[in-house]
Order: sequence, then C-alpha cells, then structure tokens
Amino acid sequence: MSTTLLRGEFDSRLLREYFLDDAFDEMFTPDGGIRSHYAALLKVLSDLPREELQRRKQSADVSFLMQGITFTVYGREEGTERIFPYDLIPRLVTGEEWDRIEKGLTQRISALNLFLHDVYHDGKILAQGVIPREIVYSCQHFRRQMRGLQVPRNVYVAVAGTDLLRLKTGEYVVLEDNLRVPSGVSYMLTNRRIMKRTLPHLFHSYGVRPIENYTQALLSTLRSLAPEGRPEPVIVLLTPGVYNSAYFEHTYLARQMGIELVEGRDLVTHDNVVYMRTTGGLKRVDVIYRRVDDDFIDPLAFRTDSILGAAGLFNAYRSGNVSLANAFGTGVADDKALYAYVPAIIRYYLGEEPIINNVETYLMTDRSQRQHTLENLQNLVVKAVGESGGYGMLIGPHSSAADREEFRRRIEANPRNYIAQPTLDFSRSPCLLEDGTIEPRHVDLRPYILFGDKVTIVPGGLTRVALRKGSLVVNSSQGGGSKDTWVLG
Amino acid sequence: MLSRVADSLYWTSRYLERAEHTARIVDINVGLMLDKSAISEERRWRRVLAALGHPRDIEWDDDVYSLVYTLCFSATHVGSVTACVISARENARQIREAISTEQWQRLNRLFHDVSRLRPPSPSDTQLSEFMPTLIDGVHLFQGVTDTTLSHGEGWQFLQVGRFLERATATAKLLAVYQDDVFANSTDVVDAYSYLEWIGLLRTCTAFEAYCKVYTADLTYERILEFLLLDPEFPHSIRYSIDRLYQSLDAIQQQSHGQHATDLTRVSGKLQASLGYAQINEIVAQDPARYLRRILEQCRHIHDLVYEVYIQYSVQTALAM
Repeated sequence: MSTTLLRGEFDSRLLREYFLDDAFDEMFTPDGGIRSHYAALLKVLSDLPREELQRRKQSADVSFLMQGITFTVYGREEGTERIFPYDLIPRLVTGEEWDRIEKGLTQRISALNLFLHDVYHDGKILAQGVIPREIVYSCQHFRRQMRGLQVPRNVYVAVAGTDLLRLKTGEYVVLEDNLRVPSGVSYMLTNRRIMKRTLPHLFHSYGVRPIENYTQALLSTLRSLAPEGRPEPVIVLLTPGVYNSAYFEHTYLARQMGIELVEGRDLVTHDNVVYMRTTGGLKRVDVIYRRVDDDFIDPLAFRTDSILGAAGLFNAYRSGNVSLANAFGTGVADDKALYAYVPAIIRYYLGEEPIINNVETYLMTDRSQRQHTLENLQNLVVKAVGESGGYGMLIGPHSSAADREEFRRRIEANPRNYIAQPTLDFSRSPCLLEDGTIEPRHVDLRPYILFGDKVTIVPGGLTRVALRKGSLVVNSSQGGGSKDTWVLG
Repeated sequence: MLSRVADSLYWTSRYLERAEHTARIVDINVGLMLDKSAISEERRWRRVLAALGHPRDIEWDDDVYSLVYTLCFSATHVGSVTACVISARENARQIREAISTEQWQRLNRLFHDVSRLRPPSPSDTQLSEFMPTLIDGVHLFQGVTDTTLSHGEGWQFLQVGRFLERATATAKLLAVYQDDVFANSTDVVDAYSYLEWIGLLRTCTAFEAYCKVYTADLTYERILEFLLLDPEFPHSIRYSIDRLYQSLDAIQQQSHGQHATDLTRVSGKLQASLGYAQINEIVAQDPARYLRRILEQCRHIHDLVYEVYIQYSVQTALAM
C-alpha cells in the first residue's frame, strides 16, 4: 500500500526510507511530486553535507540544554535533565491555508465566549433545546459559582490553544479546544529562535510571517481585561511553582512581558482585594494571568486541600477587584462531549456555518450513536471526556479484545464520560532522524488565540510531532516532540 | 520586588559564595597536606571542618580522600561544593524571570560542568580540573551579574547574600585559626607555621594583596589586621561589611522600608565599629571573642533582613 520515493532529482540517500500512503503528506503529492512550497527547503537539505545538518542539530541541542529548556527525569540523586525533543525541519503552511485557519479560529473562539456568557447567565441556548441541559450541568468543569457573575468585556476565554489535524483530503479540522490553561506557546517561540539561528538563509528566503509579537499581544490582552478604575493595572502571572512541567514557560512569559511571576504563597487577600508580598510591603494586584487550574486556585472556594492557590481569591474576583484570565468555569466549553455541539453553537450565536469543521464525534449518551460505537469499537477511538494528555483512550485498531471489552463495560456504566471518533489517518510531515535521513511522521497543529479587546492569532503555532514511527500520539508525555511552523506569504 | 524573589536572590549568591569558599579551603589544604607538616592530617581536616562551621552530616573518618570527595562532590550533603551549586541553581530557577538570561545560562553551565567533573568514586578524586572550573564559574557569574543585571533592588539582594556569607566565612576561619594556630605560635615563625599562615591568606585569596601592603614578612598581628580591618581588600571582613551596609541602605531607599530602622542600626553599628577599630586593641583584649561578636551580629542581620523584607506579618504590613 505504501510507495517508497525513488526520484532522481533529490539526494536519494536522504530520502531512502521516505514513504507515502493514504495519509496526507505535507511535502509530497500522492504521486511522489514535491509540493511547490517545499521545493526550496528540500533543495537546501539535500545540498547540505550530511554531517553539517547533524552538527547544527547538536549545536541547537546544546543551546536548549544551556538555556535550561529542559525537564527533569527524577529518580537519580543529581537529577538528570533532558531537553524537549524537537525536529529541525520546519512545517510549512501556505498563506492561503493560514488565512482560512485564522478566520475559522476567530469564529470559533467568538462563539465559545458567547456560549460561556449565556451558560452562566440566561441559558437561552439550553432553554431552546439546542444543547441538552444535562451535557452542561453534568460537566465536571461547570462552576456553579460563576452564575450571574459579570466578567470584564464578557471575555471568559482570553487565551486558547486549539488542536488542528489535517485529513487525507488536506482539509484542516479541529480535534479539540483547550480553553482552560493551554500551554506550549514558549516552545513555539523558542523553536523559532533556534530555527533562525540554525538555518538563517533558508528562513530569510521563505519570507516567514513573524510570531515574536505574541508576548506583547498577550500583555495588551491582559491589560484590556483590567477592572474599571485601574488605568495602570498591575498584572501578574500565577504559577503553581517550579515543580510544574510548564514552569519554564511561566518564567519565559513573565520575563518577556516584564510582569511579576507569583506563586499562591506570594498573594494575600484582605477585604476582597488581592495583594502580593513585596520587599516594600503589600502591593495591589489587578489582573492575574493564572496558570493554575480552577480546582487549585482558592482553597476557600474550590478544593480545600490545595496549597497552590490563594485563600479568598475567588471572592475578590466576585467583587470585581481583580480580573482573571482565563475566567473560572471555561472548562465547560472544552468538554469532549460538548465539543460535538460546537458547530451548533457557532450557528446559534453567529448565524454562520463553521469555517473549520469538527472531527465526526459519537456521543455515548445518544442511544443509536452508542449502539454504532459498541458495534465498531475496533475501528474507533474512544476518549474519556475529562482526560487529556493522551490518557484514558482506546485506539480501536491498536487494541486487544480485552481492552475493547473493558471500554464497552465502562461506556455502558457511564455513557456521559465517553465519546468516540473515527481513527484518523492525519497528515505527516518530513522529520530528520538520528541517522541523518528524512522520514515522514504524523503532526498536528496548535495555534494560540488571544481574545481581549480584539482577537489576535500569531501566524503558526506549535506543530507537535509523533516522533515514533507509525505512532499517532503527539503528546510530549508519550514520545512526542515539536517543530517550528512557518506561515508563508 | 516580591519577597520570595528577594529571598531566592539572597540565597543564590550566598550559596555560590559558600561553594567558592569551600572549594578554596579544600584545595589549599589538600596542597598543604603534601608537604611535611607539623600537624596530623586529622587535626588539619578537623580544623577545615570547624572553619566551615561543621557542615551537617560531614565528619572526619580517617580517610582524607573520602572526606575531600564528600566536601566537593556529594549532592546529598548540604555543605558540599556541588550541593551549594545545586542549591544556588535551584534558587535561581525559581526566579528565572528576575535574573538575566546570561546569568541563568552561566549558572546553568556551571551546574552541568560540576556534574560532569564528579569522579565516579572517592579513590579517583581529581581536583585539577574541578577547582578552576568551579572558581572561574562563580567569578564569571559575578561578572555577568554586574554587567547584565540592573543594579537595582535585585542586584543589591545578591550583594547582601554574597557579602554576608563572605564576612561570616572569613570570621569563622579567623576564629578557628585563632584557637588552633595563633594561640600556640611563638614569636619566632618556623617553616611549618609559615606554610600554615600562607595557607590562611591564600584561602582568602589574600597572599598577594597582603604582600603588596606588608611584604612577604608574615606576622600574626598583620595577618589579623589585614583580613579583619583592611578597607580595600575584597575578602576582608571590614570591606565585606562596608558593602553589605551600602546594599542594605540602597534596598531601604528603594523599597521605602521605613520599618527597617533596627536593620539600619545593627548593620551601621557593625560597620562603624570595624571602621574605627584598631588591631592592637583587639589583640590586647580577646580576639576570639571579638570574632564571635562579629558572627553574632552577622546572624542578627540575617534575621532582621528576613523580618523586614521577607517574612513580615501581614497585619504589620496592613497597618503601615
């Protein structure tokens, strides 16, 4: 079924193991011809001596290590540090493709913010039966405390990261929305910095749209959410602390924006006003870009055993004395079961057809869809609605009969907790392997969306790669890596 | 500046200063041990441990190389050079956004170098590459700190940590020598004592600087005067306390800390007393007691820094 490329015009050693099959290949057309925007890239890679590419990869590795862009592997006394795996070959997106993605994501985030406002106020969409009440109220991220609460500019989701896949036809579809505390944007920015240093001439020749304004755009988004009467708002980034896997990103963003990076223990609430402890006494805080989950942010309002949050924060928020991005309770809109209703949400609030489609999704709460799923488990992917990071999943084609039996039992016991989707053969992009050859690997794309007084999406995003051959899982916890994404023209 | 950040800055530079001092005292005593000596190995290394303030869990156990290995490379003994570098880096890691990228990369590189140079076991202990790497690494960090970080409040907290640690270390070292070396020495300096005294000066990188002031003619009183009261030599106690006082003063101005009166008084008093002290008076009275008083005051300054800037009570702060 797969064909190996054997074309004379490129270094055949480089592409020795390259293969094409049903999945969309970012670099080659199905008959083995090169897509025109990849031609210059492949030419440069073919012309470079093989050792030169390896050498550049190593010097980029050292750069990551010395910058401390690493995660710690625990279990040895001195702590072994590893860099996050990344790939040196950029993923190219044409200007035309990107413009459509940008429109589609703007539409989606606008509709989801209107939905969140509705759900926490009048609930019209529920009253009119467009979405079953049960789906919303049974969601574990629904926050009753947010009912009737006015948030600045009606912005619930200020920062989002939406995962896109590319199907066989080349069409981009949304796999999931991340509307709580999406991460990875610092890898997008550092990948770019490393690429500019590693392949400067190639980068220059492509005329890539810049992304470096992301942090500045994030800062103005946060500033636009400040409580009224605070013209010079004090903005801080709240991190769970140094042991969080995204800690590097928190420090990176705080430093790039020039704002304080605070932990829960730095914050004090008094008379519904939030302060931080400084060497000059207590200082009032106006906007918190929080990278702590709802559950852990205030032990008085949510989980009482949390030590990462600040007691009294929620009441200060309720009183309008401090703004939070994102708001509480946004997780109701990225629940995997609610996801199936997003096209309906877009139609309901905007009166438009979705520009970017969803992946077909079966709801286990629906009797006939459940029936269909249970009969076809070997072809489908089943996901628990509250999980992320590639956990709690059944990948039908790679599963055993026992696995499928286990999931059948679980679905029947708690249908609300599961959804099913077809197993997607999503697109592959060329990657540089250890031995210096290039092979295709599956990729997704996570653009980052900012929503404040306006919508900003920096061109590109984080392309995540399933570095293991044949793997469909791009999560970094499961052998995934990342690569730079160049939006052209 | 966040109190937590000030705390981490303070400890980052304290730990680095401690790493450098520990490395140097070990290096010099390993060197002295090679010559025929009037004192036993045991006495020498017990003195080193005392000068380091008896680091927790590190004892003399009749094996020099095992002790040297622990003092330099153990990641689990809090007083070792490697553990100090790890602690400094951990503190810096928690305030990545408060220090410059250059500082972080420099410190990170030092950590990786130190990990790389750790020998597999005590019997292979090799210091010839480790010592210069460590000491250069700390110096480079200080240089990068001075040239890339604004000399504002954060920089001042780094100075406070560094000079408080340095004053404390020098005072402890002198106190131990006072009891163990000077107390037993006679007016006529023999070759053995001469080597020990050079060792003391070199532990404070002071030998060349001392010679420029007093020539290579070593006497007890001059060594004590130089390390205790010299106004210009960066490792002397007086110099360290001067810089400590200046930084505390600058912090007080920048943070508008009106509540820092006690801290200003205690540090100012110590600074003034060193400025007006005379060595013959100190020697005539009780030098050991004088040094212990300095150590007490350093500890008191540390406590007050915490009370004023880092661990103040919320009620007090709200009342201001």
